[in-house]
Amino acid sequence: MASDDIFILGINMTKFGKHPDLDSVDLGAMAVKAALADGGVTMADMGILAAGNLLGNPGFGQQLQKQVGQTGIPVYNVSNACATGATALRTAIMAIKAGECDMGLAVGVEKLSGAGLLGGGGRKKSDDDTWTPDGRVGAVASVDGRIGTMNMPGVFAQVGMEYAHKYGGADAELFARISVKNHGHSTLNPLAAYTKEMSLEQVMGDMMIAYPNTRPMCSANCDGGAAAVVVSGEKLATLSDEQQRRAVKVRASVLTSDPWQEGCQVLPDVNTLTRQAANQAYETAGVGPEDLDLVELHDCFATAELVHYDNLMLCDEGGAVDFFESGKPFRDGERPVNVSGGLQSKGHPISATGIANVWEICHHVRGEAGDRQIEGAKVGLAHVIGLGSACGVHILEGQAA
Amino acid sequence: MSTATAQIPLVDYLVLGDNPHLVANECTSCGARYFDRRNGCAKCFAEDFKKVEIATEGEVTAFTIVAFAAPGVDVPFVAAVVNCDGTPVSANLINVEPDDEHVKLGMKVKLATKAMGTDSAGTEAVSFGFEPA
Ligand SMILES: [Zn+2]
Repeated sequence: MASDDIFILGINMTKFGKHPDLDSVDLGAMAVKAALADGGVTMADMGILAAGNLLGNPGFGQQLQKQVGQTGIPVYNVSNACATGATALRTAIMAIKAGECDMGLAVGVEKLSGAGLLGGGGRKKSDDDTWTPDGRVGAVASVDGRIGTMNMPGVFAQVGMEYAHKYGGADAELFARISVKNHGHSTLNPLAAYTKEMSLEQVMGDMMIAYPNTRPMCSANCDGGAAAVVVSGEKLATLSDEQQRRAVKVRASVLTSDPWQEGCQVLPDVNTLTRQAANQAYETAGVGPEDLDLVELHDCFATAELVHYDNLMLCDEGGAVDFFESGKPFRDGERPVNVSGGLQSKGHPISATGIANVWEICHHVRGEAGDRQIEGAKVGLAHVIGLGSACGVHILEGQAA
Repeated sequence: MSTATAQIPLVDYLVLGDNPHLVANECTSCGARYFDRRNGCAKCFAEDFKKVEIATEGEVTAFTIVAFAAPGVDVPFVAAVVNCDGTPVSANLINVEPDDEHVKLGMKVKLATKAMGTDSAGTEAVSFGFEPA
C-alpha cells in the first residue's frame, strides 16, 4: 500500500428502522463504538470527527463526543442534505490527505420515523388577510402545489419522467419493476427497515404518492446511524496484519454540486453533477464502470434509480431502460445495483445514508456479507445525492486476497 | 374587458391583463433566464438582466401527479415542466383530468389563469397554469 493512500479501517451501520427508545446520540454512539471496534482502535486514536445530523440539534458532533470520548480533537458538523454522510466521510478523508492527522472518524445519524413528507409545504400564511407579495418571486401565497411541486416524491418523479420523455421506453410499470427488484434484494439484508418481497401488483397497487411513484417506490423514513474510521496508508502499515487485510482502500472520494444547466432552477438537475462526480471518480480510481462488482446508488425513489444507471455510466447514454431489462442490475446480474435493498427498503435516515452505502460496499469487498455476498466482489461504488444539490461518489476496493 | 375588481398575480413574474403571460429575467451577457429576483447570473456571474416575455404555449417535458402533499395543499394536482419555446417553466397543468389517460409527456399546452380568491380589501389573487392546447 502506498503511504498516501486512504483506507476505511472500521465501519458500521445500525439496524435501520424504528428506534423509539434511542435518540440521535444513542444511535451515533452505537455506530461509532462499533466502527471503532471493527477497526481495532479507540477514540484516543482519532484526530478528527466529522458528524452529520440534519434534524437534530446543532452541534451534534460535540454532543456525541460527550458520550463516546471528549479528546479535544476538531469536530466538523457537516450538512449537505442527503449527501451529508458522504460529506462527513469526505471531510475526514480530506483531513488525512492534508496531513492534519492519520486517523479520523465520520458519523451520520437521523431520526426520521414518522417524519412524513419531506420538502414542499411553504411559508405560513401571515396574520394579515390581504394578499402581500413576499420572497424572491413576490408570491402572495405558498406556491407549492400551485406552481408545480417542491416535495421530494414529486420532484424525483419528474426527474424520471423527464428521462422517459427524452429517451422513451420507461413507463409506470418499468419504474415499479425497479422497486420490485430492490424489495427482493432487501430480503437478504437483516439491517434493512423493510425486508419483504413485493410483487409488481403490490407495488403498483399501493398508495400513490406522486405518479408514477407509489409508497413502496419511495425511500422509507426511518431511524439509523452509520460511522466509519479512516486511516492513512502510512499509519495502516504500522497496524496488524488482520487490520491491513480487512482495510478497504478508498480508490476515489468525490463531492460535486450542481453546475448551471438550462432549466436547472425550474426542475433540479440531478444528472450533471452525478455524471461529473462519476467521471472524476473513475479517472481518479483508474477503474471504469465495467470494473465494478457492485453499485449502491441513491434510489431515493424508483424513478431516480433509472436515471442514475445512466449518470454513473453503467450503460450507454440513453440506455438505462435496456440496462434494466437486460437483468444486469439484479444481484445475480453482471452489475448488481442496490443489493442492500436500496433506500426504498433498507431505509433512508438521511445523514446516515452516505456512510451506510459505503458500509454495504465494504461488507462485500471484505467478503463478509453473508447470505447476500456478491461472490468475489473486489471493487464497488457508492453514490448519494442530496437535492439542492450535492453528490458524493466513493469507489472502494477490498484488500483481502 | 377589465372588471372593477383589482387583481394581484400569485407571483411577480406573472403579468395579468388582456394577454396574460410570464416574464423572465434574462442575463444580458449569456441569455440565461430566471424567474426569481437575482443577485447575479448562475451561469456567467454577470449582473445585468432584462425582462423578457415567455411564450405562452409549450410542450410538457416532465410531469407528476401529486396525490399526497403537505397540509394545506390540495391534491391531486399535476405538476409539470413545460418547455415554452426553449424556456423551461414549472407549473401545474390545469383544466385536465389528473390521470395518465389525460396527461401525457409531449402534450401541447397553453397558459391559463385561475382566480384564487379575494382578500378583505377586495383584491383578487390570480394564479397560472397550463391547459391542453
Ligand atoms: Zn449569464
